[in-house]
Amino acid sequence: MERKKLISDDGRRLDGRRLDEIRPIKFKIGVLKNADGSAYMELGKTKVIVGVFGPRELHPKHLAVPDKCIIQARYHMAPFSVKERKPPAPTRREIELSKVIREALEPAIFVELFPRTTIEIYAEVIQADGSTRCAAISAASLALADAGIPMRDLVASIAVAKVDGHLVLDVMDEEDKYGSSDMPVAMMPSKNVITLLQMDGMLTYEEFKKSLELAKKGCMEVYMKQKEALESYFKNIKEEK
Amino acid sequence: MTISPIPSLKKKQIYELAESGKRIDGRGLIDMRKIEINTNILDKAEGSASVKLGDTYVIAGVKFEISEPFPDIPDEGILSVTAEFLPLASPLFEAGPPDENAIELARVVDRALRGGKAINTKKLCLIPGKKVWTVWVDIFVFDHCGNLIDASALASLCALLTAKIPKTEVIGNEVKILDEYEPLPIESLPIIVTIAKIGDKLLVDPSLEEEEVMDCRISIAFVEGKDKQEHICAIQKGGRGSFSYEEILRAVEIAKVKSQEIRKIIPCGGK
Repeated sequence: MERKKLISDDGRRLDGRRLDEIRPIKFKIGVLKNADGSAYMELGKTKVIVGVFGPRELHPKHLAVPDKCIIQARYHMAPFSVKERKPPAPTRREIELSKVIREALEPAIFVELFPRTTIEIYAEVIQADGSTRCAAISAASLALADAGIPMRDLVASIAVAKVDGHLVLDVMDEEDKYGSSDMPVAMMPSKNVITLLQMDGMLTYEEFKKSLELAKKGCMEVYMKQKEALESYFKNIKEEK
Repeated sequence: MTISPIPSLKKKQIYELAESGKRIDGRGLIDMRKIEINTNILDKAEGSASVKLGDTYVIAGVKFEISEPFPDIPDEGILSVTAEFLPLASPLFEAGPPDENAIELARVVDRALRGGKAINTKKLCLIPGKKVWTVWVDIFVFDHCGNLIDASALASLCALLTAKIPKTEVIGNEVKILDEYEPLPIESLPIIVTIAKIGDKLLVDPSLEEEEVMDCRISIAFVEGKDKQEHICAIQKGGRGSFSYEEILRAVEIAKVKSQEIRKIIPCGGK
């Protein structure tokens, strides 16, 4: 099928970015009143709101675990977040992503401190332009911090794609659609461990290694923004008092 | 996936054994369990295969259906993979719609087959933009004794390899299905290898006991590309823990070798 070139001859992407450049990031912490913790993230045009409840009592009670807290996560896309309206009922994709997002965040949380309880994480994508699971994870770890939940580290996430033969950092919708591979990665940057890794498409071992390196760089950049956002948020709270 | 409460003694035992390079069922760290493949086990399904991976037992069936193509790929057939974790396969599986584990499994198998370009979907187009073949792969798990992903991926691939698709005749906007069959256009053999992390050790093809206590797992699919090189065509990390970079690179290298071994034992039915 005929399609436009995704990478120009001088190595620029559709939105003018360099191959290893992430989109502008905006974080807002404490955006919801009722949730125990919340955060909003813009990753370019991708917009996600995350609310966190807990640790609190788990219902039904028989699901509770005696030595730790159960993490529950729900990733959901609003019907108006994409071009063609998406029916609000959870799709198979959303169920899978909810699982991997939960598993990406859980290593960071000291679950053993809150036996028999649950922490609920709700991520709502209000506008999707690629890398929505990455934005959900990055925003969720700020929402968890906002809720005062003890964590080993923040979790930062970014995706790497192969587009027209080039590896690109922070994948937007068109690159995801027409690229030949997509690889979302989440990590705890100061622990230097990976908590989410998915890939589809085709990569050689060498390309995979390079993608992983690129993702590491991207996660580090997201991490810096996360820390900045937390610092300025808590500094402002202090000044208000 | 927690199937049963496992005594912490067994967890300790599994970790200690792994530390010294051993496993509770006597395997080495990178040994697979015995694989038994049977193909064409059913007549009504257009393709079928059963795989036993140790005691894990799955059956995959292939059916075809004429449907409308996706608007963004009007000239390609559709691959659709589902998985059912039957209540008879484990004391903790319940009847009902697929849970997140079954959905994840089906989607990972789907990604490996799709990413690895196992089926030439262009050849499944009947009338561009109007009618294409949908290939249904339905995975049924009959006995869950660990590593359902690898067993299911293998069963799906083998079922596709034996599948016979009806020949058709296109007259104007009508598709006439003929009583003649031909093999599916299978062009590559993506193989998934799942590796569990236990402490700082990597264990290939985790058993149920190992899955219950592992830190996390990574499933990696390899396919031999047209360039005769091995390509990674899908990855999925699962479970609560985390991997270091070195562990991931090591897992990918192990999976590359193991997938080649598994590919050699595939019966290439119909070819």
